[in-house]
Amino acid sequence: MAEFLQFAFSGLTVGAVYALVALGFTLIYNASDVVNFAQGEFVMIGGMTTVFLTLAGVPLPLAALIAVVAAVAVGLSLHRFAIEPARGASAVVLIMITIGASIFLRGAAQVVFDKRFHSLPPLFGNDPIRIGGASILPQSLVVLAGAVVIVVLLWVFIDRTLFGKAVIATAANRLAARLVGIDTRRMGSFSFAVSAAIGAIAGILVTPITLTSYEVGTLLALKGFAAAMLGGMGSAVGAVVGGIMLGLLEAFAAGYLSSQYKDAVAFLVILIVLFVMPHGLFGRAKIERV
Amino acid sequence: MLSVENLTSAYGRIEALHGVSIEVGAGQIVTLVGANGAGKTTLLRAISGVQPITAGSIRFDGKPIERLPSHDRVAAGITQVPEGRQLFAPLTIEDNLKLGAWSRRGADVTPEIARVYALFPMLYERRSTPAGALSGGQQQMLAIGRALMARPRLLLLDEPSMGLAPILVDQILETIHGLKRGGLTILLVEQNARAALAIADRAYVLETGRITASGTAAEVQVDERVREAYLGV
Ligand SMILES: Nc1ncnc2c1ncn2[C@@H]1O[C@H](COP(=O)(O)OP(=O)(O)O)[C@@H](O)[C@H]1O
Ligand SMILES: [Mg+2]
Repeated sequence: MAEFLQFAFSGLTVGAVYALVALGFTLIYNASDVVNFAQGEFVMIGGMTTVFLTLAGVPLPLAALIAVVAAVAVGLSLHRFAIEPARGASAVVLIMITIGASIFLRGAAQVVFDKRFHSLPPLFGNDPIRIGGASILPQSLVVLAGAVVIVVLLWVFIDRTLFGKAVIATAANRLAARLVGIDTRRMGSFSFAVSAAIGAIAGILVTPITLTSYEVGTLLALKGFAAAMLGGMGSAVGAVVGGIMLGLLEAFAAGYLSSQYKDAVAFLVILIVLFVMPHGLFGRAKIERV
Repeated sequence: MLSVENLTSAYGRIEALHGVSIEVGAGQIVTLVGANGAGKTTLLRAISGVQPITAGSIRFDGKPIERLPSHDRVAAGITQVPEGRQLFAPLTIEDNLKLGAWSRRGADVTPEIARVYALFPMLYERRSTPAGALSGGQQQMLAIGRALMARPRLLLLDEPSMGLAPILVDQILETIHGLKRGGLTILLVEQNARAALAIADRAYVLETGRITASGTAAEVQVDERVREAYLGV
């Protein structure tokens, strides 16, 4: 039982991060039909920028804020200079563009930062909290709380404001959105900005636990994508549930089978979803266009 | 009010409009009739700015608008009820209406919502229903209501009678006529030429991307070729 709880705690923690990355995928996919494989780089930019700014003596809260702003700037540039000029290109071409952007950002990070692993001090120390024979790091609770706050804020914003409804409208019917006067390009920019911010915050919160480096984004994008697929591409609820489920699956596979299988779980999930339930758990028929 | 001159538009390399010119005077209903595939939808989409054009000009109130993005054209006073309704299916009737007034966001839109509900009481009864769950007739009413929310001066309607039962067709066309009496200028695209000509002031016939006949609705109605091709007599 203690073992089970232990795996569950670690699964929930990484699952929360996957959920946030998947949420970023979902937002961008809904607003602009783009599957953004540079999503993981937002997480990397958040963590690495915070690390290097704190190393330079900037206080942690300010460093974190600047890191989020930096990620948003990168997200907006990606949309403005790489995605928008290719508007109308096929989904495959757009995916290639985001993969290219991801490679470029990783390369740039090697130059701007370095190739080593880095950590950040946890917010509430390193003393594990013991629950039912298992232990959980205070920082894990910070990650979970952060994820909950982000999800709730996003939900309130999308569900309760006219701007949020316009995001849904753009996702549901882009032509109709344009015909009522919604600037769908701005909706696209907005989704890239918000996704970048969410990714960066996830990166900052999780760095004290998982460490960060210039290339953490690659695997995270894959995991986030698997989570989004599992939940059903386009569904925000699905992204969150898919992320948590993937995190748990990974943790149990690593715990009960072998840690070697951990990263294979995401691939397996992608394959199973593709073959068995292409709409995922909460998805609509929209997936065919990917 | 609206003046389209020598407009050409293409899908890839295939040209769908080959130099179309039409005029819509303030306060009129102008109808554009033509067979399936003639280019009617393409023309309306070009006027709304959601279909690229390759040449020609579009003037609204004398000002060229062909370079404006679609949202600026809505703000200028042109809205469209697109072919196939194109509602925001997951959103409620009321949210669809509110988004119809997106170009006036920040303004109080309750009077317009009340006006639409007065026009289509059915929409009020089902105001919390997702648009995707409505019947064809209700969807068409909502599509018209949503387009009215922007307080347009020119309303483009693309086959509003398509797929509706005859009694609903009459009701929708009567509503359109009523909007005109309220001062709205209307460009009405219809395959149902008889019904459209009955309420129109002027008419154009579009055939494979070219205007082939035009005049007052009465003139077009008695045109021999039009009678044969579109009125089945
Ligand atoms: N998305 C599209 N891609 C390619 N060709 C199109 C597209 N939409 C319409 N067309 C072509 O353009 C022509 C005009 O179509 P359309 O404007 O829809 O006609 P209408 O509304 O009068 O039925 C037709 O020949 C049609 O096949
Ligand atoms: Mg048509």
